[in-house]
Amino acid sequence: MLYNIFIDPFMQMGAAPDLLVQTIWEGLVAGVLYALIALGFVLIFKASGVFNFAQGIMVVFAGLTLVGLHQKGVPAWLALFLTIGVMGILAMAVERVVLRPLVNQPDIILFMATFGLTFIIIGLGEFIFGGEPKQMIADELGLPQGTMRFDILGGKVIIQKIDVAAAVIASLMIAALALFFQYTRIGRALRAVADSHKAALSVGISLNQIWVIVWFAAGIVALITGIMWGARSDVSFGLQIIALKALPVLILGGFTSVPGAIVGGLIIGVGEKLAEFYWGPLVGGGIENWVAYVIALAFLMVRPQGLFGDKIIERV
Amino acid sequence: MKKTLMLAAFAAAFAGAAPLPVAAQDTVYVPLLTYRTGPFAGSGVHIANGMRDYLEMLNQRDGGIGGARIIIEECETGYDTKKGVECYESVKSKNPVVVNPYSTGITLQIIPKAAVDKIPVLSMAYGLSASADGENFPWIFNPPATYWDGASVFVKHVAQVEGGLDKLKGKTLGLLHLDAPFGKEPIPVLEAMAKQYGFNLKLYPVPAAQMQNQGSQWLAIRRDRVDWIYNQGWGAMNPTAVKEAIKNGFPIDKLVGVWWAGGDDDARAGEAQAKGYKTLNFHNTGANFPVMQDILKHVFDKNLSQAKREQVGENLYNRGVYNSMLIAEAVRTAQRITGKKAVVGEDVRRGFEALNLTEARLKEIGMEGFANPVRITCADHNGHNKVFVSQWDGTKYVKASDWMDPIKELVRPLIEAEAKDFVTKNTGWPKRTEACEKAA
Repeated sequence: MLYNIFIDPFMQMGAAPDLLVQTIWEGLVAGVLYALIALGFVLIFKASGVFNFAQGIMVVFAGLTLVGLHQKGVPAWLALFLTIGVMGILAMAVERVVLRPLVNQPDIILFMATFGLTFIIIGLGEFIFGGEPKQMIADELGLPQGTMRFDILGGKVIIQKIDVAAAVIASLMIAALALFFQYTRIGRALRAVADSHKAALSVGISLNQIWVIVWFAAGIVALITGIMWGARSDVSFGLQIIALKALPVLILGGFTSVPGAIVGGLIIGVGEKLAEFYWGPLVGGGIENWVAYVIALAFLMVRPQGLFGDKIIERV
Repeated sequence: MKKTLMLAAFAAAFAGAAPLPVAAQDTVYVPLLTYRTGPFAGSGVHIANGMRDYLEMLNQRDGGIGGARIIIEECETGYDTKKGVECYESVKSKNPVVVNPYSTGITLQIIPKAAVDKIPVLSMAYGLSASADGENFPWIFNPPATYWDGASVFVKHVAQVEGGLDKLKGKTLGLLHLDAPFGKEPIPVLEAMAKQYGFNLKLYPVPAAQMQNQGSQWLAIRRDRVDWIYNQGWGAMNPTAVKEAIKNGFPIDKLVGVWWAGGDDDARAGEAQAKGYKTLNFHNTGANFPVMQDILKHVFDKNLSQAKREQVGENLYNRGVYNSMLIAEAVRTAQRITGKKAVVGEDVRRGFEALNLTEARLKEIGMEGFANPVRITCADHNGHNKVFVSQWDGTKYVKASDWMDPIKELVRPLIEAEAKDFVTKNTGWPKRTEACEKAA
């Protein structure tokens, strides 16, 4: 038994390095997508202290809107811009109808409000687009299709072009968000709000405006995530379950750290794939669902504040 | 006296104003547990449409079944077992003639309740395989084939392609399955066949949360050099499996789905490269059957369907039609046995046990060539009927094999042993007291 746990998996890695590389690649791709979902959570949490339970369904809703508009005859790129507009309207509606009336309420009330929002968006999505899965319009958006095969390391490594595109687009988006936060007036205001709502208000920053912007940014992140996940499988309400994968990422990376979301996503993605592939067969497989939480909790035992969180100092 | 007269006048006025209630003896109540929402809606919507449209067609064309109008009511389960049981509890007081859970998880929860509530349960080609044993499960019916039959036909198909059952020795067959009761059902029979025929069996469970993220499972399939995959998948799991097979270079014609992994959308997801994907089936596809034409005429032309016209004839739509046909024929048989129009659950249980769908009867109901005859008996609530392999031709599923018998000599003893085991484990399981019908 000890051999199977501590020796055999590493022997397998050495015996078939192509599969090891493939597993790590699969993990990195999944990790990028987990990181994107986690990023949506982090943006909103930083600015408003709200854990947005609706982030997962926003991914589905954005994807369905894009495909749904295209199915109605709207050209793909126009549908993309219209979907961005829809996510903007959603952000404004959330701020006006959900957040503003609940300002100064306990965090749990706001959390529960996003819980309710989830079901409203599910209902709205099903009402408008139906429950059937839809194929992402990857071709029409110019996203690369097909696979690249590399005969290396005594075997083969297969890489989907869409996965490479996902990694590149996610990296560009994260860089753009970082620049936006760092160098623009709104970005600085967002950081001020994240540090202290009251201090931000005292220097004339509009919380309402910031919330709209941050929910809109989370909506854009959701749209990109929806396009990438949708291109890998399809756009269906099943995707909202994957959003739960952001939870261990957030535990690991912290709820307020953008770099934490990214690095956390990659660690969880690679960790769960390696665990499932090399250790899963020992217990009949299907472990990646919970092993992500084991990885996150193991990190927490060492760094309770998460990967990039500040050390917690309580003055008494 | 004056007050009484006024009350009588009010009563008469209301009686006159209210629409005439449909007499109870002229109706049969058929609840449909469906899922048009949630992660499994991609499969559930089409089946729900097919089930509803067939019953609606009977109402529109014939005024119901044997003179009894069908009251159709859907209860949304979201393929969630808890919600499904709530649906069952909410419909049981309305005297359903049958309950149709459309989920193995829900079926497993309802099985112990059915005998108590005297409501027959139709779990058509899903649910607990062992419930085919009518002696121990008199209220449960799962025609035309069990998951164990399906798995045995998959192995037979592999043997046919490979050149015989003896050629299975040393091959590796994989079961890619949803990590849920439905997905695990074929495991016992595949394990038994692996021993008997000498092939290696590998299991690849896919947790529900990972349905659209199957990278690990397909890497393991590649590592294990699997020769054939049997996909016991549902909902969003299936299109992802097709895409992953294509991506990993797995021969698409060696990926065979159980009959539930045969949605048109499942194959379409793989675009041109999905051509050759296979699925088991027990009815045909297409809209060129009289029954489908009647649905188009009596339901679609009157805008009574929630489906799109072009979806009539797709595999899962036709599956829903087939399911409701079994319900209707069991009700009709019950009416014949009892002489009543408004039969109740206990009558329809008898109707199911005497169900004998012959070629002639299938022709009468517009299903000649659509499905194979089905016969249910007191002891055998399934029939272990023939199934065939369908193959995706790039736009639709086409019949790609002859009708094949399941390996009954292997499956039936396993079912009887499993049924006995179930009864032993469930202390106090009621002994059958219901009399058997005479053969029709």
